[in-house]
Amino acid sequence: MEARIGFRNTKSVIFKGIIVFFAFLITLPLIIILLYIIKQGVMNVNWHFLTHVPAPVGETGGGIANALVGSFIMVLMAAIIAIPVGMAAGIYLSENPKTKLAYYSGLCVDILQGVPSIVVGIVVYFWIVKPLGTFSAISGSIALAIMMLPIVIRSTEQTLRLLPASLKEAALSLGVPYHRVILKVIVPCGFAGILSGIMLSIARIIGETAPLLFTAFGSPFLSTKITQPMESLPHLIYTYATSPYDDWHNLAWGASFILLMFVLILNIVTKVITRKWKVQL
Amino acid sequence: MIAMSVLLVLIILGVLATLIVESMPSIKSLGIGFLWGKVWDPVSNVYGAYPFLVGTLLTSFIALIISIPFSYAIAIYLGEYNPKGWLSDLLKNTVELIAAVPSIIYGFWGLFVLVPIIRTFEMKIGVAPYGIGVFTSSLILAVMIIPYAASLGITLIRMVPSPLKEGAYALGATRFEVIRSVIMPYTRSGLFAGVLLSLGRALGETMAVTMLIGNTSAVANTLKDAIFGPGNTMASVIANEFTEADHTQYLSALIELGLVLFFVTVVINLIGKRIITRFTND
Amino acid sequence: MESTIVKAENYNSYFGDNHVVKDVNISINRNEVIAVMGPSGCGKTTFLRGINRMHELIPNATSKGKILLDGENVYDMNAIYVRAKIGMVFQRPNPFPNLSIYENVVAGYLLNGIKVSKADRDVIVEKSLTSAALWKEVKDSLHKKGTFLSGGQQQRLCIARAIAMEPELILFDEPTSALDPISTSSVEQLFHELKEKYTLIIVTHNMQQAARVSDRTAFFYMGELVEFDDTKQMFTNPADQRTQNYITGRFS
Repeated sequence: MEARIGFRNTKSVIFKGIIVFFAFLITLPLIIILLYIIKQGVMNVNWHFLTHVPAPVGETGGGIANALVGSFIMVLMAAIIAIPVGMAAGIYLSENPKTKLAYYSGLCVDILQGVPSIVVGIVVYFWIVKPLGTFSAISGSIALAIMMLPIVIRSTEQTLRLLPASLKEAALSLGVPYHRVILKVIVPCGFAGILSGIMLSIARIIGETAPLLFTAFGSPFLSTKITQPMESLPHLIYTYATSPYDDWHNLAWGASFILLMFVLILNIVTKVITRKWKVQL
Repeated sequence: MIAMSVLLVLIILGVLATLIVESMPSIKSLGIGFLWGKVWDPVSNVYGAYPFLVGTLLTSFIALIISIPFSYAIAIYLGEYNPKGWLSDLLKNTVELIAAVPSIIYGFWGLFVLVPIIRTFEMKIGVAPYGIGVFTSSLILAVMIIPYAASLGITLIRMVPSPLKEGAYALGATRFEVIRSVIMPYTRSGLFAGVLLSLGRALGETMAVTMLIGNTSAVANTLKDAIFGPGNTMASVIANEFTEADHTQYLSALIELGLVLFFVTVVINLIGKRIITRFTND
Repeated sequence: MESTIVKAENYNSYFGDNHVVKDVNISINRNEVIAVMGPSGCGKTTFLRGINRMHELIPNATSKGKILLDGENVYDMNAIYVRAKIGMVFQRPNPFPNLSIYENVVAGYLLNGIKVSKADRDVIVEKSLTSAALWKEVKDSLHKKGTFLSGGQQQRLCIARAIAMEPELILFDEPTSALDPISTSSVEQLFHELKEKYTLIIVTHNMQQAARVSDRTAFFYMGELVEFDDTKQMFTNPADQRTQNYITGRFS
């Protein structure tokens, strides 16, 4: 019995070792990748890089200004579309969980979450690019907005569901009409959770390339016309990384570094905000 | 608010409708044989989805197989061995970071760093040293999908009721035995759902795969060639050839691929989600 | 001014097909403290929530009959207006966690967008908190969030919040069952002070509390109003056998 226990104990310890090994091993690729991007990217990033458009083939220098502006504009437009729609739908789902509409739209949110980004891109192409006759930033934003929606909706819904029912009751018993209860009590109390969902969805879409391939397309020029093609950070990285020119590779490294920093900072800020602004129930 | 929820339903229906309508020409002319047609030759107007089905399945499943031990290890470690504390938070944040890195960056890094390494590896094991190919894409894909099964697993394992575990300990079980005989059976269906979600993610991944897979639409002769040689997935062929599709047949064949991709990913994701809701409601 | 403030006429409540409150007729006078008691599931809380039309917020909840507030049927009035006119204090204290103590007291005005000058607001806050016997304890921390108070203080804050709306009638749904004994007695003490300005209807399953604080008591059983009488009378010499059984602890 005792020898057997010893053996079993050893097995348990070995098992833990294996688990720990595999669990921490995964940090290696991430660290390697991050360090490589940082190393390659930092070399290329400077003020000139951030304020100029890419140079033509053969010329050195140039920068990613068109992609920076483009990403900013398109993400902003996507957010303007997706945030109100997503919050409203999330509020509806959390307030009326038993209706048929809630069931079907909840199902659609789940479906949307699983749709590959390239498929979203194709569909928006047929909805907007073809009728308009041109690639455009607005079509890219719409594709991005569609991708943002499930995240915003689910986090809004889940945050609000966690709020106690007594909160609503207290407000209603004071004679506050329903829409004000939602706007002035429920949403403010869930603010931290909703905001973090929004920020996470933005962090997700600034790195998305596939939906932009056939919508915003890309452009070597710095433009703010939303009905024309527009460059974006991830798309620039894709185009220049797969090109045969070293100069363009350097641009892509620099852009990757910038993109990575944005994503990291957004994630960190989200965590800080959620902690700080969480309403103590 | 009701309007917004209705909008959601309309969006999904619209997506489906567009995909179906635009792939109609191809569906009509090629029929169901599209799915097992082995030749994809736009020049001669011959379209078969088989190479891409193979490519998609190979990359996704290889990625899944590679990633599962890691996902489970992370889930068990953070769910059972070390659920709280600074080290646990650090690891959890790292895993979340893996999911946060945009796929294009994975692809870019893979292209310049992983491919040469794989090339050397392939030379060592006596395969044609492409560097790019199904295997390389699967490797990167594996890293990318680890967080999906892992986060779900962590939540599920933490949900195992203490009384259940304590009962086993009280009978003299070791930690490993409690994990194996109590935690694993309890979370089995949920963990399976996590695997499905990871799979769903892998199936739909486009950019990293497109950059690393070699973009060849021919079917390989042997399994070894299929894995270590270049290929294409449904997503990557769409990404590469969509803007070059100059006639309706070509375009609608690509859209039909998109339709297939849509169905496969949606079904897998929904099954995964259904399992999870059933699990959390019990 | 008429002495009857609330009158129920053939009032019935339903959850779907479930007939929960059956044909209640009751008349309550100004500045009375009424205790409503009965065993679990007897319909007392449902009846209470029918008075300020909170009952109908539950899906499938309906009612028939009249409830007259100062002679007017609340079911003919705008529901939101009714709720603003009648104060309610719940079983679990529920101050708004995103508002400060100050803001919680005037929440009824803030959330409704009713413009009140700062000077007036200050007056309302001080008056309401004083009436709720909370002013001295919180006057130096009015900007702090309401959820940092103890349970008894939170409940008194909720009472102040209800009072700030200047209702004539305040409904209490088991207001002390989530509180410790000391907080409970401070709230009960408050009832004696509040009755000078307000009419109170208090649902309670604590018989001793009913005996301590109320002028008249209504006994509900299985949805019916079985007996409604002077409190002392009901507890010493109940008219109905069911009341007798309840008081002597045959069922609870």
